[in-house]
Amino acid sequence: MSGILNSSIGRKFAMALSALFLMFFLLQHFAINILSVFSPDTFNEVSHFMGTFWVIQYVLQPVLIFGVIFHFVMGFVLEIKNNKARRIGYAKTSRAANSTWMSRNMLLTGAVVLAFIVLHFIDFWIPEINTKYIAGDMSGLIDPANTESGFRYYEELVHKFHSPLRVGAYVIAFVLLSLHLLHGFNSAFQSVGANNKYTNGLKGISKAYAIGVPLGFVFIALFHHFTH
Amino acid sequence: MMNLTLKIWRQKNASDKGQIVDYPLSGVSPDMSFLEMLDVLNQELIEKGEQPVAFDHDCREGICGTCSLYINGRAHGPQTKITACQLHMRSFKDGDTIYIEPWRAEAFPVVKDLIVDRTSFDRIQQAGGFISVNTSGNTQDANAIPIEKENADKAFDAATCIGCGACVASCKNSSAMLFVSAKVSQFALLPQGQVEATDRVLNMVKQMDEEGFGNCTNTGACEVECPKGISLENIARMNREYLSASLKG
Repeated sequence: MSGILNSSIGRKFAMALSALFLMFFLLQHFAINILSVFSPDTFNEVSHFMGTFWVIQYVLQPVLIFGVIFHFVMGFVLEIKNNKARRIGYAKTSRAANSTWMSRNMLLTGAVVLAFIVLHFIDFWIPEINTKYIAGDMSGLIDPANTESGFRYYEELVHKFHSPLRVGAYVIAFVLLSLHLLHGFNSAFQSVGANNKYTNGLKGISKAYAIGVPLGFVFIALFHHFTH
Repeated sequence: MMNLTLKIWRQKNASDKGQIVDYPLSGVSPDMSFLEMLDVLNQELIEKGEQPVAFDHDCREGICGTCSLYINGRAHGPQTKITACQLHMRSFKDGDTIYIEPWRAEAFPVVKDLIVDRTSFDRIQQAGGFISVNTSGNTQDANAIPIEKENADKAFDAATCIGCGACVASCKNSSAMLFVSAKVSQFALLPQGQVEATDRVLNMVKQMDEEGFGNCTNTGACEVECPKGISLENIARMNREYLSASLKG
């Protein structure tokens, strides 16, 4: 067991596990965000629960941050090793004949998604942490002094999506995320050793997830941009 | 008959820098094999007093895995499931420019022109690509052991790997995982191979990593370009074998 992370297969396994975890996180994030379209009250309730329940805040949130950083760092570690494996390239290559653009450009699509996550942290996460843990307002209310003022989460979401620049960046990032997932979802299962009679079915689920979930996030952003 | 422009990698020896050199070649028959076309070019070069192009070849019928040409950006050329020696000039047309390069990977250093050193594959095989059988005279007949048909077929398919290295040449990461996984699978699927399965996969993967091959990023290029159609399913099996062996070991 020792030294498994030093082996090529062990590293890919770790990469795949972090990917599966992040894909699960993304799905639950989407499930909560889509509530904002159908039921602002439910969205507020769930957001408040997610933002104040200690298991999520103090256990799962650090795990998530570790997962993002690990996935990113390991991606670069693997890329560096892969580049070292061929220092002199070919004069002519026809890579499109045997592989997809998505599979060959995971670092590029991943880097754009990472840039978006950094912006997202600055935009959403840091103000949220500031309100709760620096200013000490755990009430989740629009006006902490007025218990009748209602939760602030839906109002903040709608306000954020007023900006066409933010919505534009959001759309671009999710298109790139979709391309990343079109290869990554299925690839994660291959890396953990799951290639069997269910693989073809899994490819269908992979495509549905990779297109459906990012498209759903884009829909939420556009919905709030154009309806408020 | 076709007139071609060949752009061929020429490198005097392992330490030479090497470069692409252009060779016009006329009167090429569409019925020639690709290697016969190179033979014709070499005959012309010899008659002119120049060094012929060095390239690997042996059986010339697609079973030995010796030929190793990267033709117009693809291992073994534009057709799938064949080796370079099985490629015919009818796959090209009059006036074509054809790039001919050696396999590119740090673990496959160029020896001369289009010949690369693939002994890294031999060392991986020596690390565990075998079964140990006592030949004391009372060895059990292998055919006496019942084997599930599905597993027998998959083991046979994996065993058709000829170790040519097209997987490494095609992979953007120069990964050898298709080759190693085929060798791991052909034994892992059979009862005779299971006795040494744990050590085999650990040692072969260790050797593969030490040789400097890249990681698999599941692009699938190796499977497309493999002349024997070795499946990516083997890489998933090797991953499973390796992970469970790591837990045991």
